Amino acid sequence: MEEAFVHAAPFTGYVFPNETDIPWSLMIVIYPYITGLVAGSFTVATFYHVFGVSRFKPVARFALLTSLSFMLFVPVPLLLHLGHPERALNVILTPHLTSAFAAFGFFAAFYVILVTLEIWFSYREDIVAWAQERNGWRGRFYRALTLGSYEISATTRTYDAKWIKALAVIGIVGAHGLHGYVGFVFGSLKSREWWGSDLMPAIFLVSAIVSGISILIVLYLLISRFRRTPIDKTCLKGLAYMLWGFLIFAMVLEFLEFANIVYKGREGVETIMALVAGPLWFGVWVLQVGGSVAAFFILTYVIWRGTQDRQLVIGVTVSALLMLIAVLAMRWNVVIGGQELSKTMHGLLYFYPPMLGREGLLATSIVFALPFGMLWLLTRLFPPWLPDARQT
Amino acid sequence: MKWRISKHQPGRRRFMRLMASTFIYAGMLVSASGLLGRRAMAVARQLTVAPGYDWTRHRWGFGVDATRCIGCLRCVEACKIENGVAQDASHFRTWVERYVYLKGKRKPLVDSQHDPGNIAASGSEKTYRFDNRYRDANIDKAFFVPKLCNQCEHPPCVQVCPVGATFRTPDGVVLIDHDYCIGCQYCVQACPYGVRLFNQAFGVTDKCTWCYHRVTRGLNPACVEVCPVEARIFGDQNDPESPISKFLRENRTRVLKPEMGTSPNVFYVGLDKEVM
Repeated sequence: MEEAFVHAAPFTGYVFPNETDIPWSLMIVIYPYITGLVAGSFTVATFYHVFGVSRFKPVARFALLTSLSFMLFVPVPLLLHLGHPERALNVILTPHLTSAFAAFGFFAAFYVILVTLEIWFSYREDIVAWAQERNGWRGRFYRALTLGSYEISATTRTYDAKWIKALAVIGIVGAHGLHGYVGFVFGSLKSREWWGSDLMPAIFLVSAIVSGISILIVLYLLISRFRRTPIDKTCLKGLAYMLWGFLIFAMVLEFLEFANIVYKGREGVETIMALVAGPLWFGVWVLQVGGSVAAFFILTYVIWRGTQDRQLVIGVTVSALLMLIAVLAMRWNVVIGGQELSKTMHGLLYFYPPMLGREGLLATSIVFALPFGMLWLLTRLFPPWLPDARQT
Repeated sequence: MKWRISKHQPGRRRFMRLMASTFIYAGMLVSASGLLGRRAMAVARQLTVAPGYDWTRHRWGFGVDATRCIGCLRCVEACKIENGVAQDASHFRTWVERYVYLKGKRKPLVDSQHDPGNIAASGSEKTYRFDNRYRDANIDKAFFVPKLCNQCEHPPCVQVCPVGATFRTPDGVVLIDHDYCIGCQYCVQACPYGVRLFNQAFGVTDKCTWCYHRVTRGLNPACVEVCPVEARIFGDQNDPESPISKFLRENRTRVLKPEMGTSPNVFYVGLDKEVM
């Protein structure tokens, strides 16, 4: 019963009494962040599989594994947030279709199945090979995964390639739909001025792609370093171009969003200005805007000057890290910021995350670390870095 | 062993068999978790309805005459006791706001019983009173506004509930099935009036029900019952002689945040333009 008593958030101005118990905290901050990484890394994979950008080949399969690893843990922060996680299945069994949340289970399940199939098809040749090479439990595992078919021929190759492409095409819609929908969860609420915006789904989506490219860059470089393999500079540069492009898109959208609020200057705009000057100033101006602008200039320099080798690697890595932080800050600024702005539009609340507890900083960090563990496991089971001869 | 890909093949049959067993196991898992869930549910049953009550024959309505409210906060206290609401300053099914225009100011100062100054004046979060901060101030205009659930015609909270645990009854009250609520708090976010609260002890959302367990037995809501000045008016809109029907007939009323498109069912008299 002790935990029944919440620590009320401090406030200034006038806020409704119930608002001092802030409903959504850290778990709902990392939920869209993780979902964004899913959508973003899948986008990179589709650039290779659908749009035929062959420079992304070295990371294409790794991108799929990354997407799946994060997707498997998307429900975790949500479950930890629920008051009754054991009733979570009700969302799928008895969905209330007017709710933006009701579709989550279906979207998520659909996407997991889709990415799993996509991965299976792109690894089929390898799985068949491993099933014949390996013994013990791993051999049994791969033999089970062959689903009884060991044939590798020109026919099966075209067949697999056809499926990979078809699934990737559906996957683009799926991954982007999934994340656009997360933006809709926030953007469709008329009760909160900071959320209720038509641009919200688009902003979520584009920033998701930015974060997904960034995490792939960072992981690719780290793993190359760890495995002592050379970095494919063409691929890295391609990722840098892609990051640059989507970053510009994201910055423009976010600027337009804020400019709209300020220029329209509806009732309570002073409180919004106080919000970005008060509890959110560091998150908005330093981490989100500062990080994005710095990354933009670094990338512009790298691309403009045609920087090569070490400078290129450092420049792109720094930009990617900045953007990973900036997008996380953006999630915080939306989710927490929206609740720090009172529904009265005449008051601000201050949210201080707890260290411990079910939704504390520690639990959130652990949840965020889990997908990386899963990714490690998946790369052990399905090494994405094979000699080119066998890659599809 | 060689299978052909596109023609009939034992592999496909084996695959079908695998899929079938997967479905059976998944089904067993779902039903097992359902049973566990049901056992965990038996805790938070609160709301009862009078036996034989016919909810198609009533249309409840609530009126607030803000010009009468004296800010005694008996309503807040009665509500907390009647409905077992958490005894702290972050959980209220109803509350009262104080608006004070100081001389020469165009905007009012607003506070409610959860304001630190008022908590200090009452001595604890479990007792409610407005402090005397304006005793020596030069005041132009001051008034109180009671707030509670508006039982909207188009409730955003009902719209966003992912499992349909909250619903609007035919007699016009928005209720929550505490045995079905998953505790996601999306409804808390969606309510423009901030009337929804989260019950940490039971892990479910809570809200004002106009004391549904009382009104279905012919009683008034607790807050209406204790109000010493009849600032809160309740009744059946289907009955032309009920207090609420008279109140609506005799007054020009308005509702809170009409621009939200929620069509509230709490009707106010004596609101100021600055009331939020």
